[in-house]
Amino acid sequence: MTKDAAHSPAAGGRASSAPLMGRDAEPTLFELSQPGRRAWQLRTTDVPEVPPEELVPAAHRRESPPRLAEVSERDLVAHFTRLSHRQFSVDLGAYPLGSCTMKYNPKVCDAVALLPGLADAHPAAPASCSQGWMALLVELEEALCAVTGMAAATLQPAAGAAGELTGLLLMRAWHEAHGNPRRKVVIPDSAHGTNPASVTLGGYETVTVKSDARGCVDLEALRSVLDTDVAGIMLTNPNTLGLFEEDIVETAAAVHEVGGLLYYDGANLNAILGVVRPGDMGFDVVHLNLHKTFATPHGGGGPGAGPVAVSERLAPFLPGPRPTRVGPGADGAGDRYEWSTPPRSIGRVHSWHGNALVLARALTYVLVHGDDGLREVAQRAVLNANWLRKRLSGTFDAPYDRPCMHECVLSASSLKKRTGVRALDVAKRLLEEGFHSPTVYFPLIVEEALMIEPTETESLQTLEALAEACERIVAAAASPDGAREAIEAPHATPVRRVDEALAARNLVPTFDARR
Amino acid sequence: MSGYTPHTEAEIDSMLEFLGLESIDELFAAVPLALRLAGGTGLAPGAPEPDVLVRMRRLAAANRPISEELVCFAGGGAYDREVPPVTRALASRSEFVTSYTPYQPEVAQGVLQALFEFQTLVARLTGMEVANASLYDGAAALVEAVNLCVSATGREHVWVSQGVNPSWRQVLSTFAAGTGHAIEVLPLADGSTAWPPDRDAEAPAAVVVSYPNYLGCLEDLSEARALCDRTGAMLVVAFDPICAGLLRSPGDWRADVVVGEGQPLGMPLGFGGPYLGLFACNSANVRRLPGRLVGETVDAEGRRAYVTTLRAREQDIRREKATSNVCTNQTLMAVTAAIQMGWLGTSGIAEVALRSARGADYCRKALLAVTGVEPLVSAPTMGEFALRLPVDASLLVERLADDGFLAGIALDDEYTQGRRDGLLVAVTERRTRSEIDSFADSFAKALR
Repeated sequence: MTKDAAHSPAAGGRASSAPLMGRDAEPTLFELSQPGRRAWQLRTTDVPEVPPEELVPAAHRRESPPRLAEVSERDLVAHFTRLSHRQFSVDLGAYPLGSCTMKYNPKVCDAVALLPGLADAHPAAPASCSQGWMALLVELEEALCAVTGMAAATLQPAAGAAGELTGLLLMRAWHEAHGNPRRKVVIPDSAHGTNPASVTLGGYETVTVKSDARGCVDLEALRSVLDTDVAGIMLTNPNTLGLFEEDIVETAAAVHEVGGLLYYDGANLNAILGVVRPGDMGFDVVHLNLHKTFATPHGGGGPGAGPVAVSERLAPFLPGPRPTRVGPGADGAGDRYEWSTPPRSIGRVHSWHGNALVLARALTYVLVHGDDGLREVAQRAVLNANWLRKRLSGTFDAPYDRPCMHECVLSASSLKKRTGVRALDVAKRLLEEGFHSPTVYFPLIVEEALMIEPTETESLQTLEALAEACERIVAAAASPDGAREAIEAPHATPVRRVDEALAARNLVPTFDARR
Repeated sequence: MSGYTPHTEAEIDSMLEFLGLESIDELFAAVPLALRLAGGTGLAPGAPEPDVLVRMRRLAAANRPISEELVCFAGGGAYDREVPPVTRALASRSEFVTSYTPYQPEVAQGVLQALFEFQTLVARLTGMEVANASLYDGAAALVEAVNLCVSATGREHVWVSQGVNPSWRQVLSTFAAGTGHAIEVLPLADGSTAWPPDRDAEAPAAVVVSYPNYLGCLEDLSEARALCDRTGAMLVVAFDPICAGLLRSPGDWRADVVVGEGQPLGMPLGFGGPYLGLFACNSANVRRLPGRLVGETVDAEGRRAYVTTLRAREQDIRREKATSNVCTNQTLMAVTAAIQMGWLGTSGIAEVALRSARGADYCRKALLAVTGVEPLVSAPTMGEFALRLPVDASLLVERLADDGFLAGIALDDEYTQGRRDGLLVAVTERRTRSEIDSFADSFAKALR
């Protein structure tokens, strides 16, 4: 392939360098291990060197140390650096993975998380030693309430799914306090998989409601399942098709009419920051994914943070203990903070206070953006997504041909019929074009779905390069050779398509399980 | 207005023109006018990075961190362990920090292989066959373990030792409101769980015990195992990954599921998070495992490769029938722990465990020499121990903070028959003899 000429210049978000040193497999830490080698160094303590036999009763002592790996510091650095070279990341190139909001993560947030006053604070230290942290958490809670239009929030949930379950338990507690926890929770057929999984763990039964031809909740279908056994509905707005639920006010009224509550899945909040708020749409419970909307880095799959904000009437049920501002201290020098547990709290949902260093990053992100910056985030995310949707709507099918919000859902259905090349193949070809692939085969209600979320941090040049890459892939698929190349892609990545069936059939979850 | 979006005014105009729009607002035509925020969110305008850094430094300075102001003798599930520059440097590589869940394995071999190594290291440490790719924290791992046991046995009663971290037990009871599991706490007697004699009560799905327990005590797990063998319950052991360097592994005690808090494996205290939920079990239960699991396989050219596997357990495929709702986990912490375990190695983990036990033994004797201080329980301990004080423990903690010590954790009165005089003290490999000596001096002075 002659790549150089084919690409637009100055596409900042296209990763141009694939594996640095060929495509040999990196040995595991265990294969690099040499008996007797070591990296560790510990503090000189001068504590008396009592033998283990005098410290731990024989019945509890292990016979030999656990076999870990035995490597030098140099081996360790080389190994993990080489592994990092086999990994795509936002810092390397554009990551238009729909529903995941893989935007650029400002480095200033990392710098804050490294401050010793934050990173080295023990979570069980008395409140008198933790005033800075408590002030930070209260400030973040207030900011998240301002953005969502809610009254109070818990910062404990460690990720979106943990937030969902917390929110469902809040709904359950509220209904119980009003006589009956109810039995069912309604979710649309376009919902994320975590929604129904959380509903089950919340002790509810999932009732799925169809989307209509426009891609939104079918209001009539919804009305037909609503009764006084429905605890509430979980909605993502904009939904997973990237479309704003235009009938949200009517939806909220219908659910509230039967005494149900509205749960807002914040996965797609990036689209509406500073433009419209879940609280104003009628939602009672909102979870946020700080690792999406508020740019805390995703860490290869976590840590996230999934705070849950609620309306006034649900605040007494929030998890505790929570940091609370109690006004100026006796010395008059600034506000004081204490831990308090709401009167009808559902209890703790985290070992401590939540993923605190993630929360500190999120507050930093809020402060550098502010009211104007957050609105600009939403505007530009929506602008980028619509530009790509229009640009690519001749290349792929556009099942919902109307303006989208922060992401667009296209389909490779015609391409597959025409050439045999599927959404998955397009995704794999994009990897070697220097882009992370979009989300494929989700939402489930779109055939051969390609869900593209460019985010606001990619430039027009990057969008152009991404569109050109898609066009090139589709054009090449027209010839049998080109189609075969797509079906066999990727070729230039650290490994080629992996045998997932073999991994499941012949399970090797550890080095020691190898035959 | 931030510097993180690249659009120039001219580019915005050209993009709007391409879309046939006059203004950015038209992009939001689907949002009913009546709902749109007219007056903004009420947040202040954005501030430049340097200004925000000044603000955040000021907030940080209002804490008393253990690195700069307090010598740490507090534990309770969060420990002041050695985290070397090499772990911090490797774990902060942006390829690990800014990537997503490895759904495209061809460009995610770095994270996938690191997770495979993490799973191997946790399996070796626990003495189990399989470990998952992480959960949120120790409490979340406990909740998932109980869910696994309930699903495997078809029973819903769960017996949990009072020696399990009280915060984890609170989280367990919060989530039981949804699942309907009946959680029964079995009290400690002199530091060890008082297992009930065989009785008519409904047989439990799981028996949960902590090793060492919250008070630092080493319980004889063969009693819990025998109880499980008699009742058909599964044994869940909450272990400490550092103490495991010296103690018999949970697998050796024949645990069915092992959970733990992975923070001591390279994570800063960070006011409680992000930490790392450790979860291990045997192959028999692998299809009930919560969360992600990485397996080894080959690519189209037959080269070794890694991929997330047994995906049919997970929420995005199985939806309401999934084994767990977990999606985002703590991958970066798992990678950090793999690096830290690589740094410690076989000899290092044993040495850290031994030095912690020595420090705790030395400190315990020094504090027990102070008039009026007594051991709370007589069971053998490792790394952490509980004292009974002649004063309110939280007052002593406040008083010693003035002297530059985080003296420990004032125990909840469930451990002290309603009194407030229990103190939980942890000593790690980082505490020197002179720090312990001065701590004991301050302790004595404060109680005088």
